[in-house]
Amino acid sequence: MSDVFTIAVLVAVVASAIRLAVPLLLASLGETFGQRSGVLNLGVDGIMLLGAFTGYYAVLKTGNVWVGLLAGSLIGLILGLASALIAVTLKAEQGISGIGIYLFGLGMSDLLFQKLVGTPIPIDTFPQVDIPILSSIPYIGEMFFQHSLVIYLAFAAVPLAMFVINRTTFGMNIRAVGEYPEAADTLGVSVTGVRYATQMIGGTLAGAAGAVLAISLGIFQQNLTNGAGFIAIALVYFGAWRPAGVMAGALLFGFVNALVLELKTLEVIPRDLSNLAAMAPAIITILVLAFAAGRFKAPAALTKPFTRGK
Amino acid sequence: MKKTRTRVAILFAIIALIAAACSSSSDDATETTVASVSTTEAATDSTSGGSDFKIAIVAPSASNDLSWTQSMVDATNVLKESGIVSEVAVTDGTFVVDDAAVAIRAYAADGYDLVIAHGSQYGGSLEEIAPDFPDTSFAWGTKAETFGLPNVYSYEAASNEGGEVMGIMAAALSESGVIGIVGPIEVGDAKLFVDGFKGGVLKQDPAAEVLVNYIDSFSDVALASEAATSMIGSDADVLTGSAQMTVGAVGVAKAEGALWFGTNANQTVLAPEIVVASQVYHWEGILEEMIDNINGGVLGGEIFRIEFANDGLVIEYNDDFDLPSEVKQLADDAIAAFKAEG
Repeated sequence: MSDVFTIAVLVAVVASAIRLAVPLLLASLGETFGQRSGVLNLGVDGIMLLGAFTGYYAVLKTGNVWVGLLAGSLIGLILGLASALIAVTLKAEQGISGIGIYLFGLGMSDLLFQKLVGTPIPIDTFPQVDIPILSSIPYIGEMFFQHSLVIYLAFAAVPLAMFVINRTTFGMNIRAVGEYPEAADTLGVSVTGVRYATQMIGGTLAGAAGAVLAISLGIFQQNLTNGAGFIAIALVYFGAWRPAGVMAGALLFGFVNALVLELKTLEVIPRDLSNLAAMAPAIITILVLAFAAGRFKAPAALTKPFTRGK
Repeated sequence: MKKTRTRVAILFAIIALIAAACSSSSDDATETTVASVSTTEAATDSTSGGSDFKIAIVAPSASNDLSWTQSMVDATNVLKESGIVSEVAVTDGTFVVDDAAVAIRAYAADGYDLVIAHGSQYGGSLEEIAPDFPDTSFAWGTKAETFGLPNVYSYEAASNEGGEVMGIMAAALSESGVIGIVGPIEVGDAKLFVDGFKGGVLKQDPAAEVLVNYIDSFSDVALASEAATSMIGSDADVLTGSAQMTVGAVGVAKAEGALWFGTNANQTVLAPEIVVASQVYHWEGILEEMIDNINGGVLGGEIFRIEFANDGLVIEYNDDFDLPSEVKQLADDAIAAFKAEG
C-alpha cells in the first residue's frame, strides 16, 4: 500500500485533475456571468457539444488548433445570442428553453458529425507548453507547469472574471441586474443589454470549453461531453456564484475523478467497489451543495424575466 | 405577447427535437422518425437478389463508431450487398434504454423480419416487447439468454479468444513488461475481452504487470483518455481497450508512442502508427443462420456465438506496422489452437 501513495502518484493525479477540470472551469465561469445577471442557461451542455464539434471540424479542415478554438468559441457566441433572445427578449421559461438548447446541441452536433465526417478521424491536439524554469521544478513543474497553453489561459480567466464582476462598472451592472433589475433599470442600466452580454460571454466560454475538450482529446464522437455541461451548472452553485469558488469546485471534481481513476488503475480500489467509487465525484458534489445550501444566497432575480414597469 | 412567447417556445422545442431526432446516420440514407428516436434506413432497393427480408438494428452508439455498433452494421451491410436481405434500418445512439425500447417496438410494428437489439442492456426491454409480436423474430446480445421465448435469438462473441491472441502479442512486444487495458463497465463482451487479453499477456510473460481500469462508462472519452495517461505514467507501453469510449485512449497512446490493440472493428484508421492489430467481429455468419431459420419458420430459441472456429472472429493486422514474424507466429499458433478446440 505504501507503494501506492507516492509522490509520483500524487503528481499524476494532480496533473490529471487539472486537465479534467479545465472544460468544466471554462463552462462554469461563463455560466457564472449569466446567473449573476439573473439568467439560468441549462443548455450549457448543448453549446459545449456544438463548440466541440465545430472546434474539431475546424482543426480537421485547417490543421490549426487555434482556428478550432476560435471556431468553437464563435459558435458558442452565436448560441449564447440565441439563448439571450429566447430567455431575455422572448422571456421563455429559462429551464425549459435551456433543455431545448441542450437537445438542439446534442442532436445537431451528432448530425453534423455524421454528415460531414462520419468515421472518427483523429486531429492534432494542443501542444504542451512548458513554462520556463517553473516546469523544471521537481514534482511541482510536472503538476502545474507542463500543460497546454489553453490550460494556463483557462486558469488565468479566473482572476480576470473576478476583476470584471467585482471591480468594473460592467460587473457592478451584472450584479445589480441579477439582484434587483427594477432598481438597475431605474438607474439607467439596460437590463436587456447586460443580460444579452452575459449570455454571449457564457455561450462563448461554453463553446470554448467544448472545443478545448475535443481538441485536447484529438477526437469527436456523439455526446462527447458526457454531461459535463450539467456538472458545470452545478459547479456554479457549488462555487456560490463566485469565480474562485467555481474554480475550486472544478478542481475538486477533477481531483476526485483523477484520484478514483488512478486508484482503480493501481488496484487499490477493489473491482467490486468500482461502481461505487465512480460515483464519488457526484456524491461529493451533492454533499458540498447540501452543505452550501442556505449559506450562500443565489442572485435574487435568477430565472426571473424582467419587464419594465411590472 | 404571451401568445407569441408560447409560439416561439413551441417552435424552438420542435426545432430542438428535430435536431436531436435527426442525429443518426448512414451515408446513403433516407431518414424517418420513429417516435422520439431517429431511424436511418439504408436505401431499400436491393440490387442483387429478390430477397425481401428486412433487418432492423437498434444500437447504443454511432453506426460508424469503429467499435461495437459498427461491427453489426457492417455485418448487415455485407448481407445486403450479397442479396440475402433487402433492407437494413438502423437506429443508433440509443444510450438511453427507453429510447431503444421505443425503436425496437416500432420496428416490430413496421413488419421487419428480424429486429436486432444490439446491446446487453436491452435484454429487459426485449423480454417485454417480444411476446407482443409473436410473428417477428428478435435477436440480442451479447448474452446467452433467450428468456424461453420462441421468437428471441441471442448471440455472443468469444471476445476472450481474440483478447488472448492479442494479449500474447502485446506481451511479446512490450519492452517495459507493463501493459494497460481500459475497460468500460465490467460486464458482458467487454469483460470477456479484458479477461482474455490479460490471460494472454500472462500466458506469454507470467512476470508481466497488467493494469486494468474499468472506467464505469461506455461513453466518457475524457475519462478513458486519462485512464490511458495514468497507465502510461505507470510505464505501460502497450495498451488496449474495449467499447466506443476508447477513442480517447487511442489518442493518448498515439501521442505517447505506446502500441495499441483494437477490438470489435478494425481501429487502424485511428492511429496507423501504433495500432498493431484489431479483433474484428463478423456477425454475418450467424445472422445468415438466423435468417435461414426464420425463413424456415423458426423464429428464435437458439443461442449463437462467434469465435475463431466459425470465422466470426478475425484478427486484422495493420499492414503499416512492422510486426516481427516471430510475434505473428505466436498469434497464428494461438488462433490455430482455438480453431482446433472449436
